[in-house]
Amino acid sequence: MIEFFRNLFRKPRSAVDMATTAPLTEQQIQSILHSQAVRYDVQQLVAGTGQSVGKQRELNEDSLLAITSTLAGNSGSLPFGLYIVADGMGGHQYGEVASNAAVRVVAGYVMKKFSPYLFSLNPVQPEESLQEIMQAAVREAQKTIQHEAPSSGTTLTAALVLGQQVTIAHVGDSRAYHIHPDGRAEVVTRDHSLVKRLEELGHISAEQAANYPHRNVLYRALGQGDILEPDIFTIAFPQAGYLMLCSDGLWGVLSDQDIVRIIKEAPSLPRACQSLVEAANSAGGPDNISVVLVQLIG
Amino acid sequence: MGSVYRARDLHFPNVVKLVAVKEMVNTAPDPLVRQTIVQNFEREANLLATLNHPAIPRIYDYFSEDERSYLVLEYIHGKDLEAVISETNGFLAEEQVLTWAIQLCDVLAFLHNHKPDPIIFRDMKPSNVMIDYNGDVKLIDFGIAKTFQAGQKGTMIGTEGYSPPEQYRGEATPLADIYALGATLHHALTRRDPRMEPPFSFNERPIRKINPAVSLELEAVVNAALQYNPEDRFSSAEDMKEALMAAARKTGLLAKVTSHLVGPVNNVKPLWAFACEDEIRSTPLYYQNTVFVGCYDNNLYAINAGDGKFLWKYPTDGGIVSKPVAFEDTLYFGSEDRRLHAVGVRSGKVVWTYYANGPIRSSPRIAEGHLFFGSDDQYLHAVNLNNGRAAWKFETSEAIRSTPFIAHEMVYVGNEGGDFLAIDFRGELKWRFQAKRAITSSPTIFGPMVLFTSLDANLYALDHRNGWVIWRFRLGKGSISSPCAVDDLVFVGAADGYIYAVDTKTAKEVWRFRTEHQVSSSPVIYKDALYCGSVDGNLYCLEYRTGRLRWKFASEGQIIGSPLVFDDIVYVGSTDHKVYALLA
Repeated sequence: MIEFFRNLFRKPRSAVDMATTAPLTEQQIQSILHSQAVRYDVQQLVAGTGQSVGKQRELNEDSLLAITSTLAGNSGSLPFGLYIVADGMGGHQYGEVASNAAVRVVAGYVMKKFSPYLFSLNPVQPEESLQEIMQAAVREAQKTIQHEAPSSGTTLTAALVLGQQVTIAHVGDSRAYHIHPDGRAEVVTRDHSLVKRLEELGHISAEQAANYPHRNVLYRALGQGDILEPDIFTIAFPQAGYLMLCSDGLWGVLSDQDIVRIIKEAPSLPRACQSLVEAANSAGGPDNISVVLVQLIG
Repeated sequence: MGSVYRARDLHFPNVVKLVAVKEMVNTAPDPLVRQTIVQNFEREANLLATLNHPAIPRIYDYFSEDERSYLVLEYIHGKDLEAVISETNGFLAEEQVLTWAIQLCDVLAFLHNHKPDPIIFRDMKPSNVMIDYNGDVKLIDFGIAKTFQAGQKGTMIGTEGYSPPEQYRGEATPLADIYALGATLHHALTRRDPRMEPPFSFNERPIRKINPAVSLELEAVVNAALQYNPEDRFSSAEDMKEALMAAARKTGLLAKVTSHLVGPVNNVKPLWAFACEDEIRSTPLYYQNTVFVGCYDNNLYAINAGDGKFLWKYPTDGGIVSKPVAFEDTLYFGSEDRRLHAVGVRSGKVVWTYYANGPIRSSPRIAEGHLFFGSDDQYLHAVNLNNGRAAWKFETSEAIRSTPFIAHEMVYVGNEGGDFLAIDFRGELKWRFQAKRAITSSPTIFGPMVLFTSLDANLYALDHRNGWVIWRFRLGKGSISSPCAVDDLVFVGAADGYIYAVDTKTAKEVWRFRTEHQVSSSPVIYKDALYCGSVDGNLYCLEYRTGRLRWKFASEGQIIGSPLVFDDIVYVGSTDHKVYALLA
């Protein structure tokens, strides 16, 4: 193969002779474009966020966090990012305290674990696996919430991006999506809500679910229960697409098509997030809205 | 957030009267919330004070001080059922669970028939059931007093996993307690904690599938209690007790007659067996209708795959534990005589040999016209396939017995010092990972992960691009078995005698299968089955999705090497000196 390219460059005329004269297929065009695309040495994460109290609530019980870092040099480059959305529960039950604690404790724990790798001269990888770190971070947050605001609770969807892998810790009904370049919005988390469970069991249809009276009842939440079993898993970062985290104030109001369209039309990720929040508010804004959009470039 | 203390009642100075003191620490910053918590506590005290039943602890006193409230209760000598379940090896005896179930029905019937209003326990679960020294049950923790507020997110009562669907909607009836009792019995019989599973998923974990020793009758009673719709369950605790008694009579369980596990019959007969002169610890290769296998008698044998007839043997000066590879007309394999041998596939005649400085126990792999293999001389060798000359050698600090895996133009290999290395085709190190003990296991690439085990008792999943540990799964003991992955599952054996199936996305155990000795052999998947040997001498065939035993074949020695499956036939070697061909 390499020999072939060498010949190609040495005798450009022969390349012309070999070229297909028939119209190129879409696949051929794509492969040529792909081979000519500029290669970036540095892989980097780009993120945008948006949040709003909504139109009908007085209190913002959502919390979000976005940390994006790139560290590149002769020793290579490794994108590192931590993104969290937490949606506190209940009106008088200190939902905002719970969601704030969840975001800060999880982020604090994860950053402490990664600081010897990110900020010391001889990078040391944490001994624990990425999934173990996320598990321990959630456990810390659970303890803190039970102490600071007993009987309160919050959802938590946290995504740790390292290289091309995303490790997700998830409790409750906030969501992580893969937004694919072909316009598909794929939910990668599973709602821990009663309504979703009934739908999974086939007791109610998707339409019934949308109007179910107990739509907001969770069966798993951070701060609740003596044993908490968060969903923790690792998936590949969506290629040429976006990772989106959001609370139900966004996904419960906007359709997948609307979400994808808004993201595609926006000139940048922060603007996309603003437009998503605006759209949710225009549709009534019944709940607090939080959204984080992340892209991996290079 | 509460603790329970064992305390002595000093009103009785001359005797030791023990009581249980339940403490509730009220850390809520909001005075209204604090007040509610105190009220709940007092409510529990008042409720208990009115109840007189042998399975309900007596209450002596209650009081509050600063942000702490205390309840003084009868001290129960014993353990809670959750501890009993987790501390029991294997499953609890069915008749034991049945006895407790009947007692729990009694106490629920007592509560549900309480006047003027029925009392709904609302939180039946193993940790709320004490088993005292007589083996009798006591129901503890009447502290559930949260009221349901419609429209607020997360207003839950009871314990997720044990609570029935309607309780999530705020309806607590006697039938909710029946469901929770069913859930408690399910947990006790299967050891599967429902809090770790999605709610209402009991029918996805049939009792007898997990614990086949349970009778059909008892399973049916528990299933009836766990019906999704309340009207499909027993209409009362008395009815459920009646059903339990009937099950007990029918199976004779109360007379302590245990049922026996019926295992699959071991009637697998080999198609053929071929005897060498010493132990076989290596894995065979199938190539061009021939089975090639190395043996401790120093020979590499070529055997007709169809009838097990001897074709040729090639002598080396050391035992052969590595698996041969073939490319075109040549067969390549390492020997403990420090040489890598290239031998004609049909002739069995030497083509070339390559000298390492130590025994070669790692199996060679072929990529890009080169052979890659490790040696006890601590080097990873890259050797030209045609002439047997070294392209490069990569030095590590310990012997390499692991077989390299080649993907993405990288060579992945472990060594006896616990190093795991990713080396590119030019022989340059891309990244390194350090396990706590030797990595003898051979890696495999699955999606973004490189998977392998170590003697430090972990199954590791590393990001193959940079060596970050995505997850690790704790095995009972160290392992030298090499994982194999299919669908979303990775399978591997360990020295604790188990074959494990682990979910590659979540690192959760899906099933484990116990053999009678160490599993050094590496599992192989063929169609819907998993094949793996054990030092206990058996070759096991399991359904790979469930870990259910299909059949096993007993050799007369240990099976240390891995099986090979080709065209519905399993080939495997044993330390009884034989190679067997079995119908898959």
